[in-house]
Amino acid sequence: MKLLRQLVYPLAAVLAAFLVGGLVILWVGDSPLETYALLLGSAVSWPDGIGYTLFYATPLIFTGLAVAVAFRCGLLNIGAEGQLIAGAFATAWAGITFASLPAWLLIPLCCLAAIAAGAAWGTVPGVLRARFGAHEVITTIMMNFIAAALASYLTQYHYKKEGDAILQTTPIGESAHIARLGRFVPGMPERIPVSVAFLLALLACVLVWVFLRQTRWGYEIRATGANPAAAEYGGIHTGRQIVLAMAVSGGLAGMVGIGEVLGYRYRYYDGFSAGYGFTGIAVALLGRNHPFGALLAALLFGAFLRGALFVDIFTEHVSKDLVLVLQAVIILFVAAEALFRGGRLSRLGRLAKGKV
Amino acid sequence: MSDIFKIALLFSMIRLATPLLLAALGGLWSERSGVINIGLEGLLLSGAFTAAVVTHFVHSPWIGLAAAIAAGMLVALVHAFVCITCKADQVVSGTAINILFLGLPALLSGAFFDSTGATPQIPKGELLPIAPIVLAFALVPLTWYVLYRTPFGLRLRAVGENPEAADTAGIRVEAVRYAGVILSGALAAIGGAYLSTGQSSLFTRNMSAGRGFIALAALIFGKWRPVQTMLACLLFGLAEAISIQMQGVAKIPVEFIQMIPYVLTIVVLAGFIGLSRPPRALGVPYEKKR
Repeated sequence: MKLLRQLVYPLAAVLAAFLVGGLVILWVGDSPLETYALLLGSAVSWPDGIGYTLFYATPLIFTGLAVAVAFRCGLLNIGAEGQLIAGAFATAWAGITFASLPAWLLIPLCCLAAIAAGAAWGTVPGVLRARFGAHEVITTIMMNFIAAALASYLTQYHYKKEGDAILQTTPIGESAHIARLGRFVPGMPERIPVSVAFLLALLACVLVWVFLRQTRWGYEIRATGANPAAAEYGGIHTGRQIVLAMAVSGGLAGMVGIGEVLGYRYRYYDGFSAGYGFTGIAVALLGRNHPFGALLAALLFGAFLRGALFVDIFTEHVSKDLVLVLQAVIILFVAAEALFRGGRLSRLGRLAKGKV
Repeated sequence: MSDIFKIALLFSMIRLATPLLLAALGGLWSERSGVINIGLEGLLLSGAFTAAVVTHFVHSPWIGLAAAIAAGMLVALVHAFVCITCKADQVVSGTAINILFLGLPALLSGAFFDSTGATPQIPKGELLPIAPIVLAFALVPLTWYVLYRTPFGLRLRAVGENPEAADTAGIRVEAVRYAGVILSGALAAIGGAYLSTGQSSLFTRNMSAGRGFIALAALIFGKWRPVQTMLACLLFGLAEAISIQMQGVAKIPVEFIQMIPYVLTIVVLAGFIGLSRPPRALGVPYEKKR
C-alpha cells in the first residue's frame, strides 16, 4: 500500500508530461500517439532497443544516485555534470598513463580514478558549504563550467593525438577495455555498447541503499537532511555529513566515466555527456530520492534517449529534443507536488541557510 | 597594445556585457524578492528564440523584442507559479526551465524550419540597433532608484528580507514576489533578444552558452546590488572580450580566461573577498501563519 502511494505521484507526473508533450507534438503537426508509440516501441525491441536503453540508462543510474544521496542530506547537487566530466577524464588519464599494466590491475585503477576524481570535484562544494556556508547550488554550477573548461584544455593541449581534428584524447590501453554485455548475453550482439558498467550501476543501487539504510554514516546523512538543527543537537557533526554526502555523491557521478570511457569510447571525448548530470536531477526526483526508484526512473529516461533517435528520423516534424521537453515537464510536476502533498520538497527550503 | 586595439576591446566588453547585465538585473528583481532564479539561462533562451522567430516572420525587430518580452514573462510566470503558489523548490523549478529551453526551441525550429540547429538568418536591416545596450545601462540607475527610493522597491526588499514582518505590515508577499519574478523574465528576455537579433542574426541552439549562469555569478559578485552587479558584468564581459581577441594568438589558453567568472564567484561565495550576503528569505517559500 505504501509502495503504491509512492508510485502514484511519479506516474501521474510522467502522464502529465506526456500530455503536455502531446500538445506540443500536435502543435508542430504530428500525431502524439504515433510519436509515443515510436518513442517507447523502439526502446523495448530486442536486442537493439533494450540493449541501447540499458546503455543510456547506465550513466543516468549513477547521476540519479548521486543527486539522490545529496538530496537525502538536504543538498541539491547540480554539479553531477562537472563531477562526471572530472571522473571520465581521470578514467581516460589512468587508462592512457598506465596503459602497459595488465587488465586485472588497470581496470580497478581506472575505476578508482573515476571515483576519486568525481569525489574530489564533489568535495570542494561540500567543504565550501560546510566551512564557509557557500551555497552548494551556485558553487556546483560554477564547478561544472570549470570542469568542462579544464578537461577541454587538458585534452586540447596535453592528451590529444597530433593533428586530430576531433577534441578527444589518444585511446586508452587495450587492457583497460571492459566487456560488453553482448559477450555473455546470448542474442545480444557485441556492437551494442552496454557493458558490465551497467551491472556495476545495479550494484551501486544496492550499495547506496545499504549505505543510507544500514550504516551509521547513512543514518547521520539522513538525519542531517531531515532536520539539521535536531541532528546537531543529537551530537551529529552536520558539517562533516555535508562533506561526506557531497564526496559520495561526486564519486557516484564520477563512475559515469567507467561505462563511457572503458566500455564505449575507449578515450575521453570532449562533450561526451548528453547532459547526464542534469537528467540525474530528474531521475532522482522522479525516483523519490530512493536508490531503487532512481533505477526505475533511469530506465525510463534511458528508454526516452533511445527512442528519441527514432522519433528524430521517422516522424515528419518532431525531433529528439522532445525528450528534453518531457524531462522538464516531469521535473516541474514532481517539484510542484509539494502543493498536493503538504510540502515534502519544500523541506529543502528550510535547509537552504547557505549563501545563494 | 595600440589604442585602436584598446578601443575595440572596450566596445567589445560593453557589447558582451549587455546580455549579462540584462539577465543579472532580471535576476536581481527576482532574488531581492526572495525567489532564487536559476532559470535565467532558460529565460535568455526563451527571449532569444522568440525574438528570432517573430522578427523572421514580421520583419520588425521591435515586434520581435516585444514578443520576446511577452515570452519571457510567460515563462517567468510558470516559475513564479511553481515556486510561490506551489511552494516547490526554487532551484529545481529553475533547473526544469533551463532544460525546457534547451529542448523546446530546437523542437520548434526543427518543425517549422527543418533545422533543429538554427532559425533562418535575419537580414542586416532588420536587426536591433544599439538600443538594448543603451537600455541595459540606463536600467542600472533606474533599478537603483526603484529599488531604494520607491514604495515598490521597499516592499520588494522587505518581502525578500523578512516576509513575516512585511506581511504583518499589510504587504501582499506573494503578489510582490510574482511581480519580481515576472519582471526578471522580461529583463532576461530582452537580453536574449539582443543575443539573437542584435549581436547575431539568428537563433542557434543553446546560444546563451552559460551566460545566464555568468549573470547569476555577476549578481552574487555584485552582492545583489545594481551598480556593483553592473561592474561585475563589465568585468566578466571584459574577460570574454579578451578571450575572444586572444584566440589563437595567446600564450595563456583561452580556457583559463573563460574560467575567471566561475572561479571568482566561488572565491566570493566562500567569503575570501568581502562577504556577499543574499536576501535573508531567499529560497524560502512563504507560508502564512494562521
